Amino acid sequence: MLRLERVELAQDGFHLTADWQVEKGARVALIGPSGAGKSSLLSAIAGFFPPAGGRILWQGQDLGPLSPGARPLTILFQDQNLFPHLTLAQNLGLGLRPDLRLSPEERKRVETALDRVGLAGMGARKPGQLSGGQIGRAALARALLRARPLLLLDEPFAALGPALKADMLDLVAEVAGETGATLLMVTHDPADARRITEATVLVADGVAHPPAPTAALFADPPPALRAYLGQ
Amino acid sequence: MASGARAVGAAAVLLVAVPLGAVAFRAGGLSLSPADWAALRFTLWQAVLSSALSVGLAIPVARALARRRFPGRGALITLMGAPFLLPVIVAVMGLLALFGRGGAINAALAALGLPGISIYGLQGVLIAHVFLNLPLATRMILQGWQAIPAERFRLAESLSFTPGQTFRHLERPMLAEVLPGAAATVFALCLTSFAVALILGGGPRATTLELAIYQAVRFEFDLSHAAGLALVQVLVGGAAALAAWAAARRAGFGAGLDRAIALTPPGGWRRLADGAALVLAAGFLLAPMAAVVLRGLPGLPDLPAQVWPALARSVAVALASVVLTMTAALVLALGSARRGQRWLDLAAALPLATSGLVLGTGLFLLVQPFLPPARLALPVTVLVNALLALPFAYRLLAPEARALQADYARLAESLGLRGMARLRLLVLPRLARPLGFGAGLTAALSMGDLGVIALFAGESQATLPLVIQRLSGAYRMDEAAAASLLLVAVSLGLFWILDRRGRHAAA
Amino acid sequence: MRLFLAALTSCLALPAAAEVPVLTVLTYDSFISEWGPGPAVEKAFEETCGCDLRFVSGGDGAALLARLQLEGAASEADVVLGLDTGLTAAAAATGLFAPHGQPAATALPVAYDDPLFLPYDWGWFAFVFDKSKLPAPPKSFAELAASDLKIVIQDPRSSTPGLGLLLWVKAAHGDAAAEVWKGLADNIVTVTPGWSEAYGLFLEGEADMVLSYTTSPAYHRIAEQDDSKDWAPFDEGHYLQVELTGILAASDQPDLAKAFLAFTQAPEFQSALPATNWMYPATDIPLPEGFETARPEKSLLLSAEEARAARDPALAEWQAALAQ
Repeated sequence: MLRLERVELAQDGFHLTADWQVEKGARVALIGPSGAGKSSLLSAIAGFFPPAGGRILWQGQDLGPLSPGARPLTILFQDQNLFPHLTLAQNLGLGLRPDLRLSPEERKRVETALDRVGLAGMGARKPGQLSGGQIGRAALARALLRARPLLLLDEPFAALGPALKADMLDLVAEVAGETGATLLMVTHDPADARRITEATVLVADGVAHPPAPTAALFADPPPALRAYLGQ
Repeated sequence: MASGARAVGAAAVLLVAVPLGAVAFRAGGLSLSPADWAALRFTLWQAVLSSALSVGLAIPVARALARRRFPGRGALITLMGAPFLLPVIVAVMGLLALFGRGGAINAALAALGLPGISIYGLQGVLIAHVFLNLPLATRMILQGWQAIPAERFRLAESLSFTPGQTFRHLERPMLAEVLPGAAATVFALCLTSFAVALILGGGPRATTLELAIYQAVRFEFDLSHAAGLALVQVLVGGAAALAAWAAARRAGFGAGLDRAIALTPPGGWRRLADGAALVLAAGFLLAPMAAVVLRGLPGLPDLPAQVWPALARSVAVALASVVLTMTAALVLALGSARRGQRWLDLAAALPLATSGLVLGTGLFLLVQPFLPPARLALPVTVLVNALLALPFAYRLLAPEARALQADYARLAESLGLRGMARLRLLVLPRLARPLGFGAGLTAALSMGDLGVIALFAGESQATLPLVIQRLSGAYRMDEAAAASLLLVAVSLGLFWILDRRGRHAAA
Repeated sequence: MRLFLAALTSCLALPAAAEVPVLTVLTYDSFISEWGPGPAVEKAFEETCGCDLRFVSGGDGAALLARLQLEGAASEADVVLGLDTGLTAAAAATGLFAPHGQPAATALPVAYDDPLFLPYDWGWFAFVFDKSKLPAPPKSFAELAASDLKIVIQDPRSSTPGLGLLLWVKAAHGDAAAEVWKGLADNIVTVTPGWSEAYGLFLEGEADMVLSYTTSPAYHRIAEQDDSKDWAPFDEGHYLQVELTGILAASDQPDLAKAFLAFTQAPEFQSALPATNWMYPATDIPLPEGFETARPEKSLLLSAEEARAARDPALAEWQAALAQ
């Protein structure tokens, strides 16, 4: 269970509170106007933005003292998810061993993961030689290898076209399913939320509201969400 | 890493301050005389002009190199860097072969029946300083151009930006970030000019602070005066570094994907202008180099045997300085990028404006109670060379380290990439280009440096520059010219190897 | 890397156990190079002294005194070789020197007897020119000033020949020295930090004449078989540079030091000088073939005290005249 215990984020006039929890294995979307703090909340969970107050707990353990790499999670950023000077295989290998001293068995797992996301045989390529969709797939393959219990997505597919994005979201759902990961996903598109999440957090007016069932939320949106959706 | 950076920064400041303090302590104080104000005025005036000219002229040259592709471009970039690596007196002789009373230009003017030109005076000082520093300024600005991700140029192209709009939105912000640092670096270098200012300045009108320091140490043994002058010099250099820091605007282009994108450079008159900039700069920089080569060739077969061990010693000193400088610069640059401790910028810039003579004298005073200085000649030379090269290495690394931090620190952190693995997999490959360039620069600067060894060396520790000085002090100008050619060739060779290794590792 | 380690250890290594006494001589750079007198002198002295003669270089001539003052009584050096008459007053004032106890050198054109400093060689300052380019050189400072000839000189603030020229003009023209400098100002192409830069500029054709020594043409005649260079005799006479040795009072080898100073007057030492240091020997020994074609008729030399007193005002005159 991921628990945000009276978490407060503050920086230069920006302020956000969150006090809720999601069950292990849940898939949750974060939606809300831009600038409301969706990315900041993910950053706080991932360890890049120390909260001004409150605690973030995973399975009862306070994540506060842990460095980003030591937290039980994988995060995919909006961009810069791969190192451009390393090959795809190396970028994926980092998910297994950050020093890249991989055993033959680990190399095989990297191959398998590439295969799994439809990038078979492309391990020797560098990110500059790939399309946006392929880069997203590679990043997901690494998440698969890391197999951390939390998967945070900060709109890594925002730049992709609708059909490609839908494919990627399905892949996300599969990866999360295979690793049993709890998914937290920032999006600005209700269709994304409806496609793979069962709960949605509305982030607006300085508050990240507790997760509500996605379908019900969009069927009868509260005023803040209504305003965001332009209804 | 951050505490390491603090330690290295503190060490750099101490290495500048403690020898100066030792000289002042020995003298019992600091002093300045009214005549020093005239020296300060001239020093500042020529340094400001030299720096403005060097940087101003470097912009079109760097732009032409950045956006044009032609056969031999890489070799031209390397060769055009050579003047910066020349020992000052060799550079002066090369310039005189072109601009001197007996030089090629005056010979051509005389053949046409036109009046001759004189290089002696402020114009000579400026020509020489531009000759020595245009290469450095060009490389620093060229790096700025190359640091703009190709994706941004592609975007500009896709938006059908005119060259003027590209300049306004991409190049001007880059220049605003790069130029203050380049200008401050050249300024600080010209601040400590001594032989160039004196020989080409044409006499006591062209008295610089460093000459006044020389006089105070060598003839008057007025150490308080020397320390006072050296302090003024460091303060002015430090102020320039601070001003550069305040003036520099972060461009913040973000990261690209290292894509190789074929850009279409603008045509028309801009093509001609770029060509002209390259031809003029190459001619100005390479003709005196050619003179150095031609002057040195005849003496090569007669080089005395002492030259070879001296060469080996110089190379060893250079390589040791490279290790020391690049380690220190990397630690400083990473620390400053991570924590944003801007005093590190200043700490890394201070050695630029240090008087070599006062630094050497201070170290001599510090060492002498414990050991005969001659025994420490080479280690002290390594230390001083490393210190004097640190500002260049740091300036090359710092912006790229900042970009590295901004673009990839989060990803590295989220993957738990730390320590040696981070160095090996992220830092070294991403920074290979400035690391190689900085290492090459350090090696070449160290090879050519005479400063401290002359004060410390015993019978058997002469480096190549010292042997050249001894040769030319004994009428052996041909051998001196040949040994200078050897020095230049090996310096450039070291620079080329290290720079190339950096570029290859980055590719 | 191995090379570097070797270099590092070689300079950190302690000297081998000193069974023989060591005499340390502080001198200028070019004296100890393989083409200077150093190697021959070292060999000849070690054959008779039963000691190890070590040279330490302290940069150029002007730097020697500064180096000694830095080191003070803690200096390793027993003997200093290469001080110049322009600096002896300052050197004596340091109190670092002990009397040498040797008889005066015999072959100087002026009487020179100093209890602390012993001449080992000397030369006349002169303007050197190329005979093929300048058939009729000027015969005085006045003629030089009146001509449109271009000269290169050394800066008196950083080099001993530069200081020598300053004292030359002062010794020859006294209170009129400032006028002489004003007249010369437009002849001076430029001023260099040291002798070698000036001489190099002259050889590259940057000037018609250069301040050097009457013995400079001998180098070209003897070492290069080139008879094109000569020096211009000036009616005022020529100022002398006398190079000196001195014993440091703090030396722990005073007897060896005295023996070395006596050795500097011996033929083995003296005969090494003309064709390596290109200066006149301080004792009467035969000069190499072609070393001398003519001598100045008059020699000028200010006493140590006069030189010291004259220096600062002369420097001010020089700066004022050339800064216009």
